[in-house]
Amino acid sequence: MSIIELNDVHKSFVKAREAVEVLMGIDLRVEAGDFVALMGPSGSGKTTLLNIIGGLDGATAGEVVVAERNLDQLSNRDLARWRAATIGFIFQFYNLLPVLNAQRNVELPLLLTKLSAKQRRRNAQTALSIVGLDDRAGHKPGELSGGQQQRVAIARAIVADPPILVCDEPTGDLDRENAEQILDLLQILNRDHGKTVMMVTHDPKAADHAKRILHLDKGKLVREMAA
Amino acid sequence: MSNFGLLMANLHRHPVRTYLTLLSVLVAFLLFGLLRTLAVWFGSGPAEGASVDRLVVAAKYSIVDMLPISQMNVIQGVDGVEAVTHQSWFGGNYQDARSFFPKFPVAPRSYFEMFPEFTIDPAELEAFERTRTGAVVPEGMLTEFGWSVGDKVPIEADIWPMADGNRIWEFDLVGTYTTDVEAQGGVFLFHYDFFEEARSFAKGTVGWYTVRIEDPDRAPEVANAIDSLFENSMNPTKTATEDEFGKSFAAQIGDLGLMATGILSAVFFTVLLLTANTMTQALRERIPELAVLKTLGFGNPRVGWLVLGESVLLCVAGGVMGIGLAALLAPAATAFLPQFGPSALAFTWQTAATGVGVAVVLGVVVGTVPAMSAGRLSIAEALRRS
Ligand SMILES: Nc1ncnc2c1ncn2[C@@H]1O[C@H](COP(=O)(O)OP(=O)(O)OP(=O)(O)O)[C@@H](O)[C@H]1O
Ligand SMILES: [Mg+2]
Repeated sequence: MSIIELNDVHKSFVKAREAVEVLMGIDLRVEAGDFVALMGPSGSGKTTLLNIIGGLDGATAGEVVVAERNLDQLSNRDLARWRAATIGFIFQFYNLLPVLNAQRNVELPLLLTKLSAKQRRRNAQTALSIVGLDDRAGHKPGELSGGQQQRVAIARAIVADPPILVCDEPTGDLDRENAEQILDLLQILNRDHGKTVMMVTHDPKAADHAKRILHLDKGKLVREMAA
Repeated sequence: MSNFGLLMANLHRHPVRTYLTLLSVLVAFLLFGLLRTLAVWFGSGPAEGASVDRLVVAAKYSIVDMLPISQMNVIQGVDGVEAVTHQSWFGGNYQDARSFFPKFPVAPRSYFEMFPEFTIDPAELEAFERTRTGAVVPEGMLTEFGWSVGDKVPIEADIWPMADGNRIWEFDLVGTYTTDVEAQGGVFLFHYDFFEEARSFAKGTVGWYTVRIEDPDRAPEVANAIDSLFENSMNPTKTATEDEFGKSFAAQIGDLGLMATGILSAVFFTVLLLTANTMTQALRERIPELAVLKTLGFGNPRVGWLVLGESVLLCVAGGVMGIGLAALLAPAATAFLPQFGPSALAFTWQTAATGVGVAVVLGVVVGTVPAMSAGRLSIAEALRRS
């Protein structure tokens, strides 16, 4: 069974009293351990699709099954718990909490677990060392470079050990060198830690790191190619 | 890190704003603590030092009006009255106005018989009676002003110049008395006969009478009997228990109770707006972060509680500090009360508990709306806006 399975998924938004259809019948299967790049023009619905897979937004119609759960059958509360356990999110602008240092940002998802304070600290340290930032644990986001912030965000995404990583333009705000570091990191997480990666990107070079490349245009998956 | 750590970190985002808000809450609760303490004092039963078997007879319309001393015998004859003595307000200054203590001309023996809580050595009482210019003071006053028995103490009159135009009254310290009642501890007592003889006007009058009655249960009845005797005279009286007397004296300064409520309402309304504004701002600038928390799996209620917790923490911290400060300051505020006041201001646990309760309510009232909107926040939309 695929870890991500979408059947005829539709999504529309009501804008100025008019329904705008953003996703028009998406069928998608992603196997566990895959690394998928999702490309497409601006406004084609990439973020919307990612949000639906990550349980941040609901589909208007169709079936969304991720990690063996049918998402539209989950209550708000169960969906939040499911997200905490299943999905690690990585955003273009890192979305770290500015008032917390790197260590505490990474610890955040663990507040929802039953781990002891000591265990939480230890796990956060491990996650930070995986992304190569153990020496920056005490720094706040404002004191870190963009590339470093994104690595902290990756540490936060993996600290609770979710099977799926959902990344929305993770290198969109970074220079080539930093982008490569992040992509290498995602590749390691995919290859060595078995994470399924679902990544939106505009950058063909970034997409080259994926095993599969999907193209979305005007709300439809238009073609697929193996990387 | 814990949930509490997250809360504290959020409060530290804008330290200046947080501390200013905290300060305004603190000041509000300081006022609350002090005014509540006053209100408790007004509303309390017979306070320490006020006796239930003693009545105070004062002029009906204003306690600054004097009463003729001829009334004393009449009062003595009222059924149920055991003893009568009198006091008067002398005013006057020793050295400068800041070292204020009350000074009463009294009839030495009947005064000390009336107030058994004041004890005086019999020999010194005898000397007090004998010495026309004699005065006795509480022991503490000796050390405070560096006096000793045998000294002459000059007091400059403000209300009562001497008949010869001299404003300096000179008294001979003939003894000391002790008291366990703090608020009444500071009275400088001198001989009424000297006062009567030397003053330039209002001769034959006293400030008020203190009456001991045989049966405390009959206090209202005896009080009525006394007042009705003088009702149609030139000098109508108003008789009350000692405790009521002290309070009505203070009440004449202004209707403090009502004023207190008015001030408190205004202050709390302002603080409510201030903290509500702080919380609304805090919420608005944090919408993307709250969305991130939800993305990470924080449930809607949990995010709402975090926001509410922040508001409650802010209000309770300010409240506790303000009330703590009030508890420290309340005893000092006693100095501003009339010296007849039956008791010192006592900061009560009820005041503290009410204060903390009010602080929690304030925090909840201020935090509920932001907390609910934080809880309802839709992740996808909030992330799009950031
Ligand atoms: N909450 C919303 N309300 C109304 N319209 C929305 C909403 N979310 C997305 N849309 C619309 O849906 C369309 C697809 O948006 P989406 O963000 O998924 O595009 P995208 O492919 O991620 O674009 P980009 O590459 O610029 O990030 C856009 O036209 C957008 O305006
Ligand atoms: Mg997008």
